[in-house]
Amino acid sequence: MEERTLKIQKIKNGIVIDHIPCGMALKVLKILNIEGDIGSTVSLVMHVKSRMGWKDVVKIEDRYLEEKEIDKIALIAPTATVNVIENYEVVKKHKVHIPDEIKGIVRCMNPRCITNQKEPIVPEFRVVSKDPVIIKCKYCEREMSSEDIIENII
Amino acid sequence: MFKGRDIVSIKELSREDMEIVFEVAREMIPIARGERKSDLLEGKILATLFFEPSTRTKLSFEAAMHRLGGSVIGFSNPSATSISKGETLADTVRVMDSYSDVIVIRHPYEGSARLAAEFADNPVINGGDGAGQHPTQTLLDLFTIHQEFGDIQGLKVALIGDLKYGRTVHSLAYALSYLGAEIYLVSPELLRMPGHIIRELKNKPVETDKIEDVIEDMDVFYVTRIQKERFPDPTEYKKVAGSYTINKELLERAKKSSIVMHPLPRVNEIDVDVDYTEHARYFQQAFNGVPVRMALLALVLGVV
Repeated sequence: MEERTLKIQKIKNGIVIDHIPCGMALKVLKILNIEGDIGSTVSLVMHVKSRMGWKDVVKIEDRYLEEKEIDKIALIAPTATVNVIENYEVVKKHKVHIPDEIKGIVRCMNPRCITNQKEPIVPEFRVVSKDPVIIKCKYCEREMSSEDIIENII
Repeated sequence: MFKGRDIVSIKELSREDMEIVFEVAREMIPIARGERKSDLLEGKILATLFFEPSTRTKLSFEAAMHRLGGSVIGFSNPSATSISKGETLADTVRVMDSYSDVIVIRHPYEGSARLAAEFADNPVINGGDGAGQHPTQTLLDLFTIHQEFGDIQGLKVALIGDLKYGRTVHSLAYALSYLGAEIYLVSPELLRMPGHIIRELKNKPVETDKIEDVIEDMDVFYVTRIQKERFPDPTEYKKVAGSYTINKELLERAKKSSIVMHPLPRVNEIDVDVDYTEHARYFQQAFNGVPVRMALLALVLGVV
């Protein structure tokens, strides 16, 4: 804990996404659509020691997450926890949960799926396995792994 | 139980549902043959939305509707419709739904029948969506086997040929396994059944690349066409395709009661000689498309 504080400062307000599987922090940022200058300070550490082994941590200042955004993280970082920080204190802490159904977060990887044509529908998936994550398109039934999901985040 | 229901994927039908379809289809046989008349679907309209060419599926649905006294509207050449002007499938379906009582759709994109079912109030039957599902073909295949053996449980069924790209064999393998058949997969290395299809089967099937390995024990030989364009090298195709041909001589080693099926069209996977043996069932199978589709139309329209 002492060591981590040295690597990455405590934040006053915002969120800390902790326990991200090692190497996934950049993908978490991609899922959250954090690229370029978003007007908040974003800190990221990869490969830090934790009680359970190694992990990545992301801290985003002055920004809070909606549930839909948290669901997105769960798809690629199912072990992550989200801590809401106010005035340097953790006021809320929750584990991310993979929902049973996913709507409007991921695009189907099958180019011949009807959801990838110009139709008035939102892509929908059923989660067929949570560990490892496998989702199945409600329309074309194509299965996607977490790597496929990362490539197809909307 | 069936009234108003969409038939999109075979996976949505339970064993009981399938039994009902078979039972009704059996009763439809004399009507399908023209031996008896029926006005069961008089005043009902079937809309056939064929975005892709198909002879068998389209014509057997039309025959099914006509045999039951109903009528048919539809198209099989979308370039002559408003779709070519850029209309969405959702809009086409909504309009056709308002003109008819039941829709059959064939479309090149996977998942299109599911979309159609969402936008239509009336029942939608999937007539094949790209490489996806083709549930009425699976039902007529199962019906053919069921008619022959009375039960599917415990039968030994060999699926032969292109098991990689053939959507027919994917749905069929799933349904056969669900109904308790033992499945044997016979294909060239290049055209083996994909892992995600095999994973959905109840028991791990036996896989081989030689028909000879299974010829003596099978109850059903389900043969599919090996397409030339699947092979990067034409000489490889020639070598492979020839070794998956079923002929009279080979069948002499098979069980007397075994049957040979094929979704048709065949090219040379089954020798013409076989047509005149007691094993041939592929023309019977093609005919069965009519009573099975009659049964489905009558069931989803709630008249039986």
